[in-house]
Amino acid sequence: MSDTKKLLVDPLSTNNPITVQVLGVCSALAVTSTIANSLVMGVAVIFVTALANLTISLLRNLIPGRIRMIVQLVVIAFLVTLVSIFLKAFLYDLSKELSVFVGLIITNCIVMGRLEAFAMGNKPIPALLDGVGNGMGYAIILIIVGAIRELFGAGQLMGFQVIPEAVYNFGYENNGLMVLPISSIFLIGIIIWIQRSRDKELVDIS
Amino acid sequence: MEFVNIFVKSAFLENMVLIYFLGMCSFLAVSKSVKTAVGLGAAVIFVLAITAPINWCVREFLLKEGALAPILGDAYAEVSLEFLGLIIYIAVIATMVQLVEMIIEKYSPALYMSLGIFLPLITVNCSILGGTLFMITKEYGFSESIVYGMGSGFGFFLAIVGIAAIREKLKYSDVPAPLRGLGMAFILTGLMGLGFMGLMGIKL
Repeated sequence: MSDTKKLLVDPLSTNNPITVQVLGVCSALAVTSTIANSLVMGVAVIFVTALANLTISLLRNLIPGRIRMIVQLVVIAFLVTLVSIFLKAFLYDLSKELSVFVGLIITNCIVMGRLEAFAMGNKPIPALLDGVGNGMGYAIILIIVGAIRELFGAGQLMGFQVIPEAVYNFGYENNGLMVLPISSIFLIGIIIWIQRSRDKELVDIS
Repeated sequence: MEFVNIFVKSAFLENMVLIYFLGMCSFLAVSKSVKTAVGLGAAVIFVLAITAPINWCVREFLLKEGALAPILGDAYAEVSLEFLGLIIYIAVIATMVQLVEMIIEKYSPALYMSLGIFLPLITVNCSILGGTLFMITKEYGFSESIVYGMGSGFGFFLAIVGIAAIREKLKYSDVPAPLRGLGMAFILTGLMGLGFMGLMGIKL
């Protein structure tokens, strides 16, 4: 039981895919401008990592070593296409806003990295849990960054105004930097800093 | 002149790494020394310049609405295979990378040795697929797509060599321990990105 829990909880903190494994930084930084965007992207990635891990783990004894990359890519691309079509059908505005970044989940290193590192050598159920765990670890960072950016960039959370009008009348202004995608890079840098000062084992020695 | 414009735009104003944050994984992982960064950067230019036009052809002659009509007859005039795009583009990229690897291995073993490990990694570099997808949303033509591929590859090259140079110098400075390595790399990327954003709005 503790093993299954470990698979799910570890990626949230001590083995976080973004801040510790440095996987999957690529596709999502530009889309964390609001919590809603982060949530959709997070859920999409959880779906893809979980099902891709499960599928590859089921197939792991059938896939020849030399062409495993291409097999993995096809499985991932299939799942991402499903997500992309689903978003276009039910959340059209959001899918416009996320534009090419949904497609780029294919090359999101988390998916590929977990397939290579875990699903190729483990049974289907642990692989599924590992996928869900890593997807959540990714989503949680995205949501933290999205929340900070939305709060300071627009004074809102989930689209509701949380900083009252009176504060603006005193001369408070929204932070222009937080609207730019570049701020997410700084925020993740700072998250890494905080995490590593709390957990000394993660510090880079080199 | 238009080509120069596209090149400059894709390399500086819409830099893959520093403006769109694509290809971050390899950007952060392989930027510890300038020498390896140059190798990876060169490989990315090469692959982007090849895959962008090929994927343009694939889309134009196979996937686009009505593209099948000249081959299979008028009954297919309204068929659009656009939804297969992602799978096909990534397959094209994977094959092209494999092909480029074999060609380089045959004709220039020296270059192969220096690029060797990075070439297969490029398949999952987001900037390659990103290049294709952006090229499609921008609706470039064939020759423009070649220039766009080369330009964005060059942008990646510039960014990764730049950050590698800074990180080499940074070894001698006294960074707080928890920020060392990855944390610092993120903040550096942010600062470089701010610098590149200063170029925004330039028109040639």
